[in-house]
Amino acid sequence: MPSDVVVVGAGVVGAACADALTEAGLSVAVLESQFAGGGATAAAMGHLVVMDDSEAQFALTRLSRGLWEELAPSMPRACEDERTGTLWVAADDAEMEHVRRKAAFYGSRGVEVEELDGGALARAEPNLRPGLAGALRVAGDRVVYPVNAARWLLGRAVARGARLFEGENVTVLGPGRVATSRGNFGAGAVVNAAGAAAPLLTPGLPIAPRKGHLVITDRYPGFCRHQLVELGYLASAHSPLPESVAFNLQPRATGQMLLGSSREFVGFDASVNRRIRDRMIRRALEFMPGLAGLSAIRTWTGFRPATPDNLPLIGPWGEKPGLYVAAGHEGLGITTALGTARLVADAILGRQSPIDSEPYSPMRAFPAAAHA
Amino acid sequence: MPDRVALAVDGTQISCEAGITVAAALSDASVTRLRASVTGEPRGVLCGMGTCLECRVSIDGVRHQRACTRLVREGMDVATMDAAASSRPSAVGVEPTPLDCDVAVIGAGPAGVAAAVRAAESGARTVVLDEGLAPGGQIYRHRPGGEAPEAARRWIDRLAQSGAEVVGGASVFDVERRGEEAFRIFAEAPDGARVVTAKRLVLATGARELFLPFPGWTLPGVMGAGGAQALLKSGASVAGRTAVVGGSGPLLLPVAASLAKAGAEVALVAEQAGMASVAGFGVRLARFPGKLLEAARYRSAFLDTPYRSGTWVAQARGAGRVETAVVTDGRDSYEMACDLVAVAFGLVPNTELARLLGCQLSRTGVRVDADQQTTAPGVFCAGEPCGVAGVDVAIAEGEIAGLAASGDKARRRALEGARASGRALAARMERAFRPRPELRSLARPDTIVCRCEDAPVSALASCASAREAKLVSRAGMGPCQGRVCGPALEFLFGWDSDTVRPPARPALLGHLPGSN
Repeated sequence: MPSDVVVVGAGVVGAACADALTEAGLSVAVLESQFAGGGATAAAMGHLVVMDDSEAQFALTRLSRGLWEELAPSMPRACEDERTGTLWVAADDAEMEHVRRKAAFYGSRGVEVEELDGGALARAEPNLRPGLAGALRVAGDRVVYPVNAARWLLGRAVARGARLFEGENVTVLGPGRVATSRGNFGAGAVVNAAGAAAPLLTPGLPIAPRKGHLVITDRYPGFCRHQLVELGYLASAHSPLPESVAFNLQPRATGQMLLGSSREFVGFDASVNRRIRDRMIRRALEFMPGLAGLSAIRTWTGFRPATPDNLPLIGPWGEKPGLYVAAGHEGLGITTALGTARLVADAILGRQSPIDSEPYSPMRAFPAAAHA
Repeated sequence: MPDRVALAVDGTQISCEAGITVAAALSDASVTRLRASVTGEPRGVLCGMGTCLECRVSIDGVRHQRACTRLVREGMDVATMDAAASSRPSAVGVEPTPLDCDVAVIGAGPAGVAAAVRAAESGARTVVLDEGLAPGGQIYRHRPGGEAPEAARRWIDRLAQSGAEVVGGASVFDVERRGEEAFRIFAEAPDGARVVTAKRLVLATGARELFLPFPGWTLPGVMGAGGAQALLKSGASVAGRTAVVGGSGPLLLPVAASLAKAGAEVALVAEQAGMASVAGFGVRLARFPGKLLEAARYRSAFLDTPYRSGTWVAQARGAGRVETAVVTDGRDSYEMACDLVAVAFGLVPNTELARLLGCQLSRTGVRVDADQQTTAPGVFCAGEPCGVAGVDVAIAEGEIAGLAASGDKARRRALEGARASGRALAARMERAFRPRPELRSLARPDTIVCRCEDAPVSALASCASAREAKLVSRAGMGPCQGRVCGPALEFLFGWDSDTVRPPARPALLGHLPGSN
């Protein structure tokens, strides 16, 4: 049975696309190689954050966070939605200058922010090391549990008639047509939402797997309350170096502390790299020495789908109509899934989008990839 | 050291014998509710040997301490049910200088002790890392400083004279290959992190009990069969308690015997395996007169107690702790008053470190060659991780592994007979005591499978693998890392366990970074 749209990939981006497309009344089939939410979505922190590293990133993350806010009241508890806010932590006066620039950027664009001096930061997060210069609080940022959030979005789509096929290995993906080892799926439109695997199905997409590590602790409710990110995080995320780490700590709804972040280009090797994991932990201990005494219970890795200009690939691909891409979200896939889905649905339906979709076009010109 | 120590439990002073574990002291003080689960249920000791983390309490304000692995100390402040007023992080040891050796042995049960003795006596610099506070493992568990059981004394004395260095109380959470003949082992001891570098490794990580969920199995007072025995050996008194011993396997007899000997009334021993299996196994035991005698000796310790085959505990009931057990033979059920239910369905090999090192596994355990070498060069494995086979095989395999790891293979021959006959017996035992299919239907939709995360059976309904179940329902996501629910899920649904990644045991964040 042909569908209006076949979405390939049931990570958070594919799930959000299925949700948005079925909401618009289209018939949708979703093909997933393992199980819904089992790829990069399962390895993600689930920090819903407005970013300021470029106007385009800001526009997409702000749109998306707003869409998550709208969904929040209807999300089940298993999605662990919490409005923790983000604290962008400044270590010294130079970074405090950065906080002020950030505050001006967000403030002038209508995002609620608050500058904290060193004392206010210490009161907000007493377990941070003394003597930090301050922080920028972005109160509206949130945290969700990505796997269940993705599965909940997909469940909404399924309730509207979407069909989910798990364990499907896609062998051919082209405009209007997808084939798997089990059969053919005809469609008016095909959306490649396969994350880091997207270029394996659509050769030429400039996406490379960027591996990350996460470590989670046992439960210590109240040890920290905000998502804490060092101001140097963006430098790490945009680093041209083959590997980088940054302090990024998240309090889970369970009381567990989830610690990131690391970035490496090592292909699809999922094994724990103890050296970079340890760099990541040491970086965190510099900011929060008390973390040393918390019991770590698990480590895992995942692959961010990274692009050369740090922006996702959203929209039509190729000369022939009927093939769309929704991939390349690097470390922001959970946040930007909803905005992405909106842009994809608008493109397929020929609707006007709430933000300019041009900066995310997969057909845009890219800087020479350092890690192709 | 004084003979008695005083400690505070939730603000009340108690006094207990020195040298016993916190779990034993709490048990003697009738404190059975040690931890509040994530949904607020009270939990008590389950495994008694550091695996399940159900007995976590706060000690001196530090959360998540295993009561079963910590000894009481004068002035200790213990808080149960997450009642610690303030939560302060654990003390973190300084970054350690690696201890360098030829052969590192992980585990000091019978296999590990035998391996270490043989390796050290062959001239290899040998280090033994053991989670226990005194060498001997679960079977020879005894109080640190106390006398080891008769059967173990020869080996433990020999270990002391062998020159091998024994690091007790060290929980190994990571093992890493650093080259052709180079491994690094990371452990956490109460006084800080330990790093050992070794040319070769012997994994003697033993086994844990197989727990299968049934309604009420999370009530305090329901524990493993070996768990009850471990608690007893750690200094707890069971005098005057009424126990139902159940599950499966030859361990039930010695457990019932030691409970009876310690003054408990053992109301019933319920062996799930059918009469034909048990009797058939008994007949085969005739080939091993020592084993028969051992069984008869255990049995004589509780002659007044009925031993029923084809019978199992279907449910435990009670308000906040176990008060009755519902026992069934599949047709009739009856409810028995008790305050201790000791149930386990055999043993599960501890293969986590082997899997972390990429060793291949067979259906029963870690795959080894005639030298007990695994498929990972330089990594040897002995005893239960290679497939549950009991103490005699463990010692023989430990000796072979210790000899081979120290480059001394000539003396292996004399040990091969014991290994082969012991393995043959173990294979028969595995068949005789295999859990019956009816046990799959004991758990109801609301029965908790994962005790760390309180995931009920119903939450796993839509899942097709352990990994999916973990991500969706949190089953296996907790601090025991799926050691309790993993084998249960394998029995219930046929799911293989998820991959092992470091840390293979919980460890303080400050202890994870090695000397990179």
